[in-house]
Amino acid sequence: MNLTLKIWRQKGPQDKGAMVEYKVNDISEHMSFLEMMDVLNEQLVNSGDEPVAFDHDCREGICGMCSLYINGEAHGPDRGITTCQLHMRMFNDGDTIYIEPWRAAAFPVIKDLVVDRMAFERIQQAGGFVSVNTSGNTQDANALPISKHAADEAMDAAACIGCGACVASCKNSSAMLFVGAKVSQYALLPQGKVEAADRVMNMVHQMDLEGFGNCTNTGACEIECPKGIKLTNIARMNREFLKASIKG
Amino acid sequence: MSGILSSSIAKKVAMALSALFLIIFLLIHLSVNLVSIFSEDAFNTASHFMGINPLIQFGMQPILIFGVVFHFVMGFVLELKNKKAVGVSSYAKNNGAANSSWMSRNMAISGFAILAFIVLHFIDFWIPEINHKYIAVLPEDPTRYFHELQHKFVNPLRVGAYVIAFVLLALHLLHGFQSAFQSMGMNNKYTKYVKRCGKAYAIVIPLGFIFIALFHYITQLS
Repeated sequence: MNLTLKIWRQKGPQDKGAMVEYKVNDISEHMSFLEMMDVLNEQLVNSGDEPVAFDHDCREGICGMCSLYINGEAHGPDRGITTCQLHMRMFNDGDTIYIEPWRAAAFPVIKDLVVDRMAFERIQQAGGFVSVNTSGNTQDANALPISKHAADEAMDAAACIGCGACVASCKNSSAMLFVGAKVSQYALLPQGKVEAADRVMNMVHQMDLEGFGNCTNTGACEIECPKGIKLTNIARMNREFLKASIKG
Repeated sequence: MSGILSSSIAKKVAMALSALFLIIFLLIHLSVNLVSIFSEDAFNTASHFMGINPLIQFGMQPILIFGVVFHFVMGFVLELKNKKAVGVSSYAKNNGAANSSWMSRNMAISGFAILAFIVLHFIDFWIPEINHKYIAVLPEDPTRYFHELQHKFVNPLRVGAYVIAFVLLALHLLHGFQSAFQSMGMNNKYTKYVKRCGKAYAIVIPLGFIFIALFHYITQLS
């Protein structure tokens, strides 16, 4: 198929940036979206132009590196996938495709379609962990009884790959689905309960410091999340926060 | 503690609590107004009781005004913060309809429209009432309330403004009702019932107010 691409080009963080139009021809419907981007970049390199910078790593939907706001949706028009899992069969011959970086004040553009997502790392460092002794005498995890329901819910929350689609999709650039998932995956398990109060307070505090917006429960994040993280995680974070605030 | 209160989640919870307070108030307001459909005397009696009862006048009324003002001010503060979080660059193409409802994306617009209506409502009813009792200090007439109400629904433009305002209130509530529960951390097996209840409330309550406005307008025609 032959496509028209309108891509955000920005030389660096200080550059103003603009949408630039490109044409790509003979794109196979079996290609992934990133492979189509590779074709474009090869075309640009061969013609002596600067290739489009975009994030990618594992290309199998696990690492959370690929981003891209495609035709007005995070990770494109398909559901439950990352951009590397988006196939060109989702588009038609002759289509015009808009490709933009995540937009949020807390995710500044580094170059073209690459944004700085270190804000998520700093939120994780504020409390998204369990303090355990890893000196070699850790006890068997099965020694602690955990209900199947809690284990399943914790696992579902832990599926978050931190790609930032939730922030990109949110009209308020809120990171509450991400933080809610990280808070939940530990709060549901006995190993995480010990530090649950400090964790939620510190992570929410860091989230606010990073300048993310406030959730207004539109649910866009849940729909666009490639890993199906549920809004129940935001509700759980709110509960954990209230509980920790009351306890002091 | 000040850090906790200024956190994003505390603001969400405060917004939700004030919303639930206003939701309860709307139900009471509609109940009293519905009396005007059935009995002029009963409406006058209920209105007069509320008009002279010091607990309502000096206890409930200031709390209600605070609740309304708080909800709007907090909503405005959060909207400004969210605009700042989005940053200066916006998407060239953004398909919001693909993942969220119009109501949920435009709570600020419906909220401001409702605020404009409340100003009109205050000019129509509250300010004349304050003038009657505390400024002009006119003699008390327990039978005046029904006619004052009727008088406001003679002008079709005003009736139209009321109808539009209540449609916007319905849109606001369609998202706001269940959103308040989510903000307070309630999302569990009962959420589907909360959502159903919210939809019913968001449709029935504004329809009730619209019915009252149209009833008094139509019964005064001819």
